[in-house]
Amino acid sequence: MKIGVLALQGAVSEHIRSIELAGAEGVAVKRAEQLNELQGLIIPGGESTTIGKLMRKYGFIEAIRDFSNEGKALFGTCAGLIVLAKSIDGGEESHLNLMDIQVSRNAFGRQRESFETDLVIKGIENPVRAVFIRAPLITEARDGVEVLSTYNDEIVAARQGRVLATSFHPELTDDFSLHKYFVDMINGG
Amino acid sequence: METGTSRVKRGMAEMQKGGVIMDVMNAEQAKIAEAAGATAVMALERVPSDIRAAGGVARMADPTIVEEVMKVVSIPVMAKARIGHYVEAKVLESLGVDYLDESEVLTPADEVFHIDKRDFTVPFVCGAKDLGEALRRIGEGASMIRTKGEPGTGNIVEAVRHMRLINSQIRKVQNMSKDELYAEAKNLGVPYDLLLEVHENGKLPVVNFAAGGVATPADAALMMHLGADGVFVGSGIFKSDNPEKFARAIVEATTHYTDYKLIAEVSKNLGTPMKGIEISKLAASERMSDRGW
Repeated sequence: MKIGVLALQGAVSEHIRSIELAGAEGVAVKRAEQLNELQGLIIPGGESTTIGKLMRKYGFIEAIRDFSNEGKALFGTCAGLIVLAKSIDGGEESHLNLMDIQVSRNAFGRQRESFETDLVIKGIENPVRAVFIRAPLITEARDGVEVLSTYNDEIVAARQGRVLATSFHPELTDDFSLHKYFVDMINGG
Repeated sequence: METGTSRVKRGMAEMQKGGVIMDVMNAEQAKIAEAAGATAVMALERVPSDIRAAGGVARMADPTIVEEVMKVVSIPVMAKARIGHYVEAKVLESLGVDYLDESEVLTPADEVFHIDKRDFTVPFVCGAKDLGEALRRIGEGASMIRTKGEPGTGNIVEAVRHMRLINSQIRKVQNMSKDELYAEAKNLGVPYDLLLEVHENGKLPVVNFAAGGVATPADAALMMHLGADGVFVGSGIFKSDNPEKFARAIVEATTHYTDYKLIAEVSKNLGTPMKGIEISKLAASERMSDRGW
């Protein structure tokens, strides 16, 4: 199984490492044509404004929407979650519009408020060490979106069909259980 | 819940990878940088080339400038403190700056000791010319390294020298036997456990960006080709003829640094880059890269 990581900007190599730990092949994706050979795509953490701009510039918006419409799986972490959302607080222009959620950017504050903690996630056996870096929150999950985890009653992980998203960075630890969850999701789980 | 852990600080730098961090002197420039796709901005009172021209002692920026920049952009904001100036760093941290640069671009405040960077919640980036310097800074708590290059010159040669040296020293350490590492740690003046990490992983324990002399899209791509994780551009953007176009072109060249046709395309009609200085014409006292140890 081949899973791509959108490699326009951000933590690409960490995701590729986690994908391989989860037993799949990881590929850095710089060109939209590369999507054809993939079963799933991860949109990594980075700066969502930068990633969004480069996605528009290089034809990734339509290409990823088509990819998703074909039933292929998507996983967004942090900036990736923002890029997947249908609406962003403050009226900022949304990007892929593939997940029925409203998100708030930098919802915990600035870097000094960034933190790590243990989280219980639905569908994953053991608690996961979650690293939140200038992280966004899901402020509203609409019909069809399943909440997978909350922190202080706020939504930090969710799934809608074959689209998965987290506020935090599972790729920054050695625990690859979320990547394994994504691989199982691609296999129909 | 824990804040300011090494994973949270280093992770923040990981999120900047493949990106361009731009020096800005006011809110308007910060907005231009963000719109062009910068992953962060460095808020300064003067860019390095102006610091060179002005002479005298260069210090932390006026907090007003830093706050103005923080107000207008949603991307991370960095700011510079003088080498060894604990209080400037604490002041900038209190403003809520996202990343601190203990920087040789400013006049050093301490000729012996760097800041104890573990004593901060906010992460630090520091400059390095070689592996020893990089690991000493990481030992003091730096969460990100950048080459020193020669800031404010628009000349890439020093950044290239530093990146190549760090990489060749890493390869040498990788090939050493474990018993040779103890002597090498003494030789480089670095903590043994950090050197062991380099030996085992074949890379620095933190992200390594290029800085100091990047003036064109091709310069940025060259540094990526040499193994940089991303690029800082100081005077290069806002000292060029057309900052907006320059900024966008450097962002694209950094993302697609092996796509030479694309770099050719974005390099067309950019106007004049910053003028630049031949390094051999700089007096020893004018070399910023010799500051710090």
